[in-house]
Amino acid sequence: MIARAEMVNAHHWRADFPALDQSVHGNPLIYLDSAASAQQPASVIDTVARYQREDHSNVHRGVHTLSHRATEAYEGARDKIAGFINANSRTEIVLTSGTTESINLVAQSFCRPRLQPGDTIVISHLEHHANIVPWQLVCEQTGAELAVAPIDERGEIDVEAMLALIDDKTFLVGISHVANALGTICPVERIIEHARAREIPVLVDGAQAVPHMQVDVQALDCDFYAFSGHKMFGPTGTGVLWGREDLLDTMPPWQGGGDMILEVTFDRTTWNELPYKFEAGTPNISGVIGLGAAIDYLRDIGMQNVAAYENDVHDYMVAELAKVDGIRLVGEARRKASVQSFLLDDIHSHDVGTILDHQGVAIRTGHHCAMPVMQYFGIPGTARASLALYNNREDIDRLVAALQKAREIFA
Amino acid sequence: MQDLYRELILDHSRKPRHFGCLEDATHTADGINALCGDRLTLYVQVDDHGLIRRSSFDGSGCAISVASASLMTAAITGLHVTRAASCIDEIAARLTEGAASTGVSPELEKLVALDGVRRYPGRVKCATLAWRTLQAALNNAGTPATTE
Ligand SMILES: Cc1ncc(COP(=O)(O)O)c(C=O)c1O
Repeated sequence: MIARAEMVNAHHWRADFPALDQSVHGNPLIYLDSAASAQQPASVIDTVARYQREDHSNVHRGVHTLSHRATEAYEGARDKIAGFINANSRTEIVLTSGTTESINLVAQSFCRPRLQPGDTIVISHLEHHANIVPWQLVCEQTGAELAVAPIDERGEIDVEAMLALIDDKTFLVGISHVANALGTICPVERIIEHARAREIPVLVDGAQAVPHMQVDVQALDCDFYAFSGHKMFGPTGTGVLWGREDLLDTMPPWQGGGDMILEVTFDRTTWNELPYKFEAGTPNISGVIGLGAAIDYLRDIGMQNVAAYENDVHDYMVAELAKVDGIRLVGEARRKASVQSFLLDDIHSHDVGTILDHQGVAIRTGHHCAMPVMQYFGIPGTARASLALYNNREDIDRLVAALQKAREIFA
Repeated sequence: MQDLYRELILDHSRKPRHFGCLEDATHTADGINALCGDRLTLYVQVDDHGLIRRSSFDGSGCAISVASASLMTAAITGLHVTRAASCIDEIAARLTEGAASTGVSPELEKLVALDGVRRYPGRVKCATLAWRTLQAALNNAGTPATTE
């Protein structure tokens, strides 16, 4: 149970997000699409603006004051990220443009040089396209094969089947921590334990986990962990690949350019040390600094508090939606976070989305970049409401009222 | 809201006309709205004089895209393909450029019911999907039409 004081505080959290304070089509905005991208607190927006006004310069290159300030702030953000997920060292934090780039980096730099025909990469049927397509590409390039663990009607992974797929041909396992289309919390601990015993590396796609729960990569004991800044209240175009140092060390750079080298001659170029080996070119400096501010914001609240508060709103959402006539919940896993997908009568999700938008309620509709999940359920898409720490029970009441209205229009 | 989901639109989306496969189609094309996953297949039967004898569609989509396809197949039946091509342009202009005040060709009278989408920029593609697909079918494009 969450302490009463935190419940009260949740109202303050909402006020920290300027974008939430507006009307859409004449109704107060209810933002229920944070799984796609979360809003930013004023502290993030202000940090980025202050950096742009006062400190902007390129990083790692200049002797002048602004360059020094920019580098300090940028590298300071890396330290914050390392602490936030309990990385062993800041050298394990590779800054990318997002989860997508992080996963592609592992596919191309870790897997591609070593994969042999007949090797398998094991994923689940629940994955976001970002945790499917990079593996398909590298399989095509190497003759390896993708093996997909099945799911059940609740939207849970069949763990036994997944463990059975992980055998001596398996090169790597890719699994989401929390599935984006259905909100399923995947049994990553069991899968990692099983793979670890066979010395098979595991990549965890944490895009939907990091904003909602405490993540400790050392406790998880995985090998790679990928996530995006914009889903955790930071700017778009920022992301993280955490990797075990001993693995990152053995991997070749995947893009060449400035910053990732020690010395360049036409005979031989030597790579920079970790993590810079993987960060070619001028990075998203302001975005990363903003991500640092987002982490400060979350740490101040405490991820335990975020998780406890959100669980309460999530359970309320599921219970209230289940009462709506004509609704079919899609994704009823026993362990779930922040997301509920659903269908309303036979109204197409796109129409539901438009009618809700007209009432100020923002949800996501469609396949949520998880087409195989939709194929499993035999549906083109769903309507999906997703939560962040700024949502509350009244938001859910507004959602339900808006759904009633949609039913009236299509009655 | 009722400007978008007019009775005629709801009616055609619930009971689409000309729904199903046309075995003796001379032209077919697939249309995909990548944004929302709407997909339809359009079948057109054109005779030796270039007249559209029959047309039909199947697939799945939102109320707007289904109603648009339903209204379209009714509207183009009996038209010459060159006339149908100019209808595509007229509808595209009407829905995207907002030529509301201007008149509409008699063949397209019922399609005025779709005018409401202009106020919903995210939905214009739903309304134009069938027409883009018709364009692809008549051009024998061979690749699926998209709304991008
Ligand atoms: C589970 C999951 N993985 C990967 C991604 C891709 O993230 P990004 O688009 O920020 O790279 C998302 C975003 O939707 C996601 O939800």
